[in-house]
Amino acid sequence: MSPEEELQSNGSVASSTRNIVGVLKEHNYLGLSDCSSVGSSNLSGLADDDKATISLKATELTLGLPGSQSPARDTELNLLGPAKLDEKPFFPLLPSKDEMCSSSSHKNIASGNKRGFSDTMDKVPLYTEKNWMFPEAVVATQSVIKKEVAQNLPKGKLSTTNNSSSPPAAKAQIVGWPPVRSYRKNTLATTCKNSDEVDGKPGSGPLFVKVSMDGAPYLRKVDLRSYTNYGELSAALEKMFTTFTLGQCGTSGATGKDVRNETKLKDLLNGKDYVLTYEDKDGDWMLVGDFSWEIFIGVCKKLKIMKGCDAIGLGMFCFLLVMPLKSLV
Amino acid sequence: MDRRFPFKVLEHIFSFVDSNEDRNSVSLVCKSWFETERRTRKRVFVGNCYAVSPLKVARRFPKMRSLTLKGKPHFADYNLVPDGWGGYAWPWIEAMAARRPLLEEIRLKRMVVTDECLEKIAASFRDFKTLVLTSCEGFSTDGIAAIASTCRKLRDLELRECIVDDLGGDWLSYFPETSTSLVSLDFSCLDSEVKLSDLERLLSRSPNLKSLKLNRSVTLDVLESLLRRAPQLVELGTGSFSDELDPEEIAKLTKALSELKQLKSLSGLWDLLPEYIPLLYSVCPRLTSLNLSYATVQMPDLIDLLSRCSKLQKLWVMDLIEDKGLKTVALCCKELRELRVFPSGADLDETDVTLTEQGLVSVSEGCKKLESVLYFCVQFTNAALVSIAKNRPNFRCFRLCVMEPFAPDYRTQQPLDEGFKAIVEKCKDLRRLSVSGLLTDKAFEYIGVHAKKLRMLSIAFAGDSDLMLHHLLSGCQSLKKLEIRDCPFGDTALLENAAKLETMRSLWMSSCFVSFGACKQLSQKMPRLNVEVIDEHPPKTRPDSSPVERIYIYRTVAGPRLDTPEFVWTIHKSPEVGVSRLSIR
Repeated sequence: MSPEEELQSNGSVASSTRNIVGVLKEHNYLGLSDCSSVGSSNLSGLADDDKATISLKATELTLGLPGSQSPARDTELNLLGPAKLDEKPFFPLLPSKDEMCSSSSHKNIASGNKRGFSDTMDKVPLYTEKNWMFPEAVVATQSVIKKEVAQNLPKGKLSTTNNSSSPPAAKAQIVGWPPVRSYRKNTLATTCKNSDEVDGKPGSGPLFVKVSMDGAPYLRKVDLRSYTNYGELSAALEKMFTTFTLGQCGTSGATGKDVRNETKLKDLLNGKDYVLTYEDKDGDWMLVGDFSWEIFIGVCKKLKIMKGCDAIGLGMFCFLLVMPLKSLV
Repeated sequence: MDRRFPFKVLEHIFSFVDSNEDRNSVSLVCKSWFETERRTRKRVFVGNCYAVSPLKVARRFPKMRSLTLKGKPHFADYNLVPDGWGGYAWPWIEAMAARRPLLEEIRLKRMVVTDECLEKIAASFRDFKTLVLTSCEGFSTDGIAAIASTCRKLRDLELRECIVDDLGGDWLSYFPETSTSLVSLDFSCLDSEVKLSDLERLLSRSPNLKSLKLNRSVTLDVLESLLRRAPQLVELGTGSFSDELDPEEIAKLTKALSELKQLKSLSGLWDLLPEYIPLLYSVCPRLTSLNLSYATVQMPDLIDLLSRCSKLQKLWVMDLIEDKGLKTVALCCKELRELRVFPSGADLDETDVTLTEQGLVSVSEGCKKLESVLYFCVQFTNAALVSIAKNRPNFRCFRLCVMEPFAPDYRTQQPLDEGFKAIVEKCKDLRRLSVSGLLTDKAFEYIGVHAKKLRMLSIAFAGDSDLMLHHLLSGCQSLKKLEIRDCPFGDTALLENAAKLETMRSLWMSSCFVSFGACKQLSQKMPRLNVEVIDEHPPKTRPDSSPVERIYIYRTVAGPRLDTPEFVWTIHKSPEVGVSRLSIR
């Protein structure tokens, strides 16, 4: 008997819901179980009668509008960062029986509800083709939501409040992962704090920010003060990240068995879509290009080269608890 | 004709049997061997404090001098076990205090130790010599003061990564002026400052002190004065290594360090500044153990240091060492046996460093004695694992943490099955393994088939189905501890291999697909297992198919424990009762 049926047959949806949601609270690494209101405030599409039809699958965290199915291969939940093909859904949250029984793998299940980049292209003119780095200005409505997400992070996560870097609201924090002892985390947090205080002098010294890229195995650092405009930064980053063997990053359905393509970033980017984003002083992730260069280097703390589809999520949606209608399940 | 050996002869023979495993086997032979063995065992080890009652242990081993206990499951280190779960030392201390007053050594790991426990120890064991607490909590510096002041023959007082209610540095002054027996002192996990004069005097009157591990608040400017009073040190854990020293102070400290002719192990080094690395040059050539895992020093400086450590056997370092630094280690540290590389960034992908699988491959090539590895890395490849296995079939402990969950081989996008297959195939002596990255059931089939000596296995975010667990439980003959999180298997394999669980110390599963019904069945089927469900938000009704958040299953002869908190349920043996929470406060 699947939990869905059980929900109905118990007659008391509320308590069964609590059963699920209660257990969900345990699993819910983002602590987003309270976020349904957050989600609905942003999305008109969220059904009101969802509460009556909460299924385990439905309460799985995914990105995108309810009811839309992204291409099967796109299993990424970009809450986490770089996505790989064949990546398992990041939250095997709930051991729902229907997942186990119905399909051979739960990859398909988790891939639902995410809009591919192409779906949104028509709707929102986010990107110009010519310059992959700096799209038109997009209002980032996610900032409010991100803050709420950050607040909802359960305790027992990354150690301490005295960690000076702003909470990584854009990333999911899994309890106990990576498996580093809290003692070590706490100690290092204090160390980082000390060194940040030492380095954080304003003025004309170099301004290093980390640059990460989806699909690359490690980060780089750039000195923002060594460039005078976005163009220079763009060129430098292109050069830096071209040397990576990127694996595949495509939107095609290929399972990409032999991805040793040393294709230059530019080629990839002409065909695919990358955007440059940055984390500002408040911990919000924004698309680069909104502000003048001078203001930008004043607020930029980190850079990230994201795949286009991720940035869509950045710009348009947030971390939702998606609850589709029962008929769609 | 009486064919039995006289007791005295047996006793003499058994005095040569050191290992507790061997002693356990010996005691199974026959009654008289059991009796002889138990009367002669001095060092008692209990790997799970709930597996047996303290009273039984106290009664069985009348000559016990040393007791080692472990409490919470290993995953408690990573916040997967809620506070208040258990692992209380008190029942053990109480039992031993009443029956074994000649006990001299107590070593506890992941247990809750209160000040009352410490005071009881101090008051009850007149010859008490050794207290080692690792990853323990629940006590304050007052308890430590009790030990310091009362245990006249105290030799070892070591607090390793404990969470202590730090009420100040006074505890150090409680060592009586007459105490001269100290051999090792480790207070590196405490926060507050101790009085320098107390410490200096203690060192001056402790000629046997071999191991000293200071805490971070001992500043660099006083280090020289301490070292001058303890030149015989074999192990040194410094305090903070970052104060501004004037040239004269630097010269004095350099000299003091060079006077440590016996020094083999160096740790601490918090906030180590690159300009102070030359101070350590003199000790490097003798070092066999170096812990730089709290030193945020960059690669060039690390190379500077490590290239001088030709005798190094144990190295703990952060990923700041990068591939290049590990290449140096491979070239220079030919005696290396154990390597641990910890992540420096706080977050998943905040590795700002060029540390890849190459680093580990280089070390496996260059360091022929390497047998134990803990390696945190963002991504990995099968090819690297295959090389590593080929280079170093002598691994006994291989723990790879690919920090990105489900990360496949980043070159081929394949799961890391083949890589780990190579590891378990080639490394026939593998005792401990931690796997990570994208893994299918195949990987676990390989492990089940090849890893015959494997005792401890840790798994996260892996596998496809029940088969995974089935392979492990049916294949790994020597498996004693299995801990699993976030894997998609459930009831079938668990129930099919229930008998296996009694041959193991414990099984931990969290965020898997195990149902409540299966837990009940398991508990009823296996009388000598405690099946404990951890559920911080329990449902009002719990149908059999409802999933269980975390379970901890362990063999025991002590029955269900009586100190479970409200979020832990022991599944009762009798079907009608269901779950019970027996709790005596």
